[in-house]
Amino acid sequence: MGTILEVDKVYKYFGGVKANENISLTVEQGSIVGLIGPNGSGKTTLFNSIVGTHPIDKGTIKFEDREVSKLPVPVVAKLGLLRTFQQTRIYGKLNCIQNMLISSKPEKDNIFTVFSKIPEDLTEKAEKLLEFVGLYQKRKLRAGDLSFGQQKLLELAMALMNEPKMLLLDEPTAGINPALINGIIDRLIKVNKEFGITLLVIEHNMRVIMNLAQKIFCLAHGQLLAEGLPEQIKNDKRVINAYLGAQ
Amino acid sequence: MKKNNLILYGSLLVLGLFAPFIFPAFKLQISFMWILVILALTWDVQGGQMGYNSFGNILFFGIGMYICAGVQIGMFFPLAEWTASGGEKTFIHMPSQYFQGFFIGLILAGIVPAIVAAVIGYGILGLRGHYFAICTLGLGIAAGEIAGGIELIGAGQGMTVPPWPKGIGDTELRSEFFYYLCFVLMVATFIFLRWAYQTRFGLVLNAIRDNEDKAEAMGIHTMRYKIIGWVVSAFFVGIAGGLMGNMVGYIEPTEIAFAGATYGVFMVLMAILGGKGTLWGPVIGAIIFHIFKEGFWIFFLGWQYVALGMLIIIIVVFFPEGIMGWLREKYPEKFGEVVDEADKKAQVELK
Repeated sequence: MGTILEVDKVYKYFGGVKANENISLTVEQGSIVGLIGPNGSGKTTLFNSIVGTHPIDKGTIKFEDREVSKLPVPVVAKLGLLRTFQQTRIYGKLNCIQNMLISSKPEKDNIFTVFSKIPEDLTEKAEKLLEFVGLYQKRKLRAGDLSFGQQKLLELAMALMNEPKMLLLDEPTAGINPALINGIIDRLIKVNKEFGITLLVIEHNMRVIMNLAQKIFCLAHGQLLAEGLPEQIKNDKRVINAYLGAQ
Repeated sequence: MKKNNLILYGSLLVLGLFAPFIFPAFKLQISFMWILVILALTWDVQGGQMGYNSFGNILFFGIGMYICAGVQIGMFFPLAEWTASGGEKTFIHMPSQYFQGFFIGLILAGIVPAIVAAVIGYGILGLRGHYFAICTLGLGIAAGEIAGGIELIGAGQGMTVPPWPKGIGDTELRSEFFYYLCFVLMVATFIFLRWAYQTRFGLVLNAIRDNEDKAEAMGIHTMRYKIIGWVVSAFFVGIAGGLMGNMVGYIEPTEIAFAGATYGVFMVLMAILGGKGTLWGPVIGAIIFHIFKEGFWIFFLGWQYVALGMLIIIIVVFFPEGIMGWLREKYPEKFGEVVDEADKKAQVELK
C-alpha cells in the first residue's frame, strides 16, 4: 500500500492570518486518517487547499504522485479526490434521487456528452446507496426539506455515488442524532473496507475519531501539533493543552 | 396521463396552425406573441433553470436582427449604399434573391449570436448573482450605443429591411409567411428545451442553480454547461431577432434591436409571471403578458405603463412563484409532485 495523498510543507495565508503554516502529512492508500484540532486551527482551510478551492502560497500537494495544488476543483474531483462540506451543500430544490443522479461520474465527459441521457440503471444504484445511508424512504423528498443531519447523510451518499478514490469528510457526524452516530461509524468503516475508499476525516467528536481513525493528525494555530496513533494522541499533553487550555 | 398529454399537445399544435385563419385580424399580433414566448423560454434557461439572472439576452436579439438584415441586403447589393438613405428604393430584391437572402440571413442570425455568446460567456459567466446581472445589463446598453455609431448599418437612424418582393401574393400572405416561421421557431425552441431539460444538461443547470460550489466540488465542469446554455439561448433568440426585424421592417438600434427597456425587461417579467424554472411557465407567462400588454395599450392609452407597473406589482406580491408555481402549490396532484406523508415523517435508521 503506497501513499495516496502527500501534503508537503503547505503554507496558506489570508492577509496576516496564518491559516496553514508548514503543514506536512501523508495518507496511506486504504487507510482512515483523522484530522483534529480546536476551532480555527486550519483544518477546513487545509481541505480547501487540497481540493483546489484556493491556491496555496507554498508547498506541494500530491495525489497519487500527481501534483494537484494548481488544478481547479472539478479536475481534482475527477481524479477521484472528493470532499464533503461542514455546512451541508446539497441541491435543495431537487429531490434526493436527482441529487444522487447528478453526482455520478459520467463515463465520458466532454462537450458532446452535455446533452447525453442519464442512464436508467443509475437510479437503481442511487436507491441502493440511499438505502445504505438510511434515506431510502425519503428519496422522493426535496433535498432542501430534509433536516440538517439527513442532508449530511445525503451528502455522504452523493460522494459515494461518484465512486472517488479518496474522500475528505468535514465533520461527518456534526448535527446528527447521537443515536445514529454508531451507525455512521459503521458505515464509514464499511465504505473504507468494502468500497476501498481512503478517508481523511475532520471530526470534533473524540469518541468517533478514536474509534474510526488508524492515524490522527492534530492541528493548532495553523500548525501541525502532533501526529500518531489514536492512543498516542489521546495522551499527548500538547493536544490536551490545545483543546482544554494549558494549566 | 401520457395520453392526456398527447391530446393536449396535439390540440395546441392544431390551434397554433389554424390561428391565422381563426383570428385573421390578429395574425401579426400572434406572431409577436410567439416571439415573446421564445424570448421568455430562452431567458428561463439562464434565469429559471440555472439561476443566473441575465439582462443581456436582448444583445443576441439585436445582433440576430442586424445580421439577418445585413446578410439579406449585403448578399446582393452594397450594404453601405442601401443604408445611406433610401437604398430600398434604388435596389429591389427579386423574389428568389429575397428568399435566398432571408433564409441564409436567418441561419447566420442564429449562428453569429451563438458564437458571441460563447465568447462573452467565457469571459463573464464566472461572475455570480448580482454581479452577473449588472454586467449583462451593461451588455445590452453598450451594444445599442455601439450599433448607433456604426454607419454601415445605418447608425442611429436605423436601417430598413428588404420589403416583401412584389408579385408574390399580398400583405396577407406576407403575414401568414411570417406567422408560420415564428410558430415553427417557437415550437422548435420548446421541443428542444423540453428534450434538453431531460438530459444531463437540465440536471446540471438545476444543480448550478441550487449550489454551484457543490457541483464543482463533485467534478462537474459548470463553466462548460453555463456557456452551452447561453449559446443555446443566443441561437434561438438570434433567429427570433432576425424574424422580428423582418416583421417590423425597420431596425432602430436602441428601440427595436437592443431594446433592453422593453423586450429585455419583458422577457424577465414573462418568465417570472408564468413561473421560472418550469417548462410551461414562460409560455403561459408570455401569452398572458402579451394579451394584457396589448389590452393596456388599447384601453389605457396614456396610462399603459402605469397599468403594466401595476401588473408587475401584482405578479410579485401575489404570484412570487409565478402561475405555474401557484398551480403546483394549489393542485399538487395535477401540477406538482405529491410526497407521501409517511415518507416525510419517516425516521432515519441505521442498523
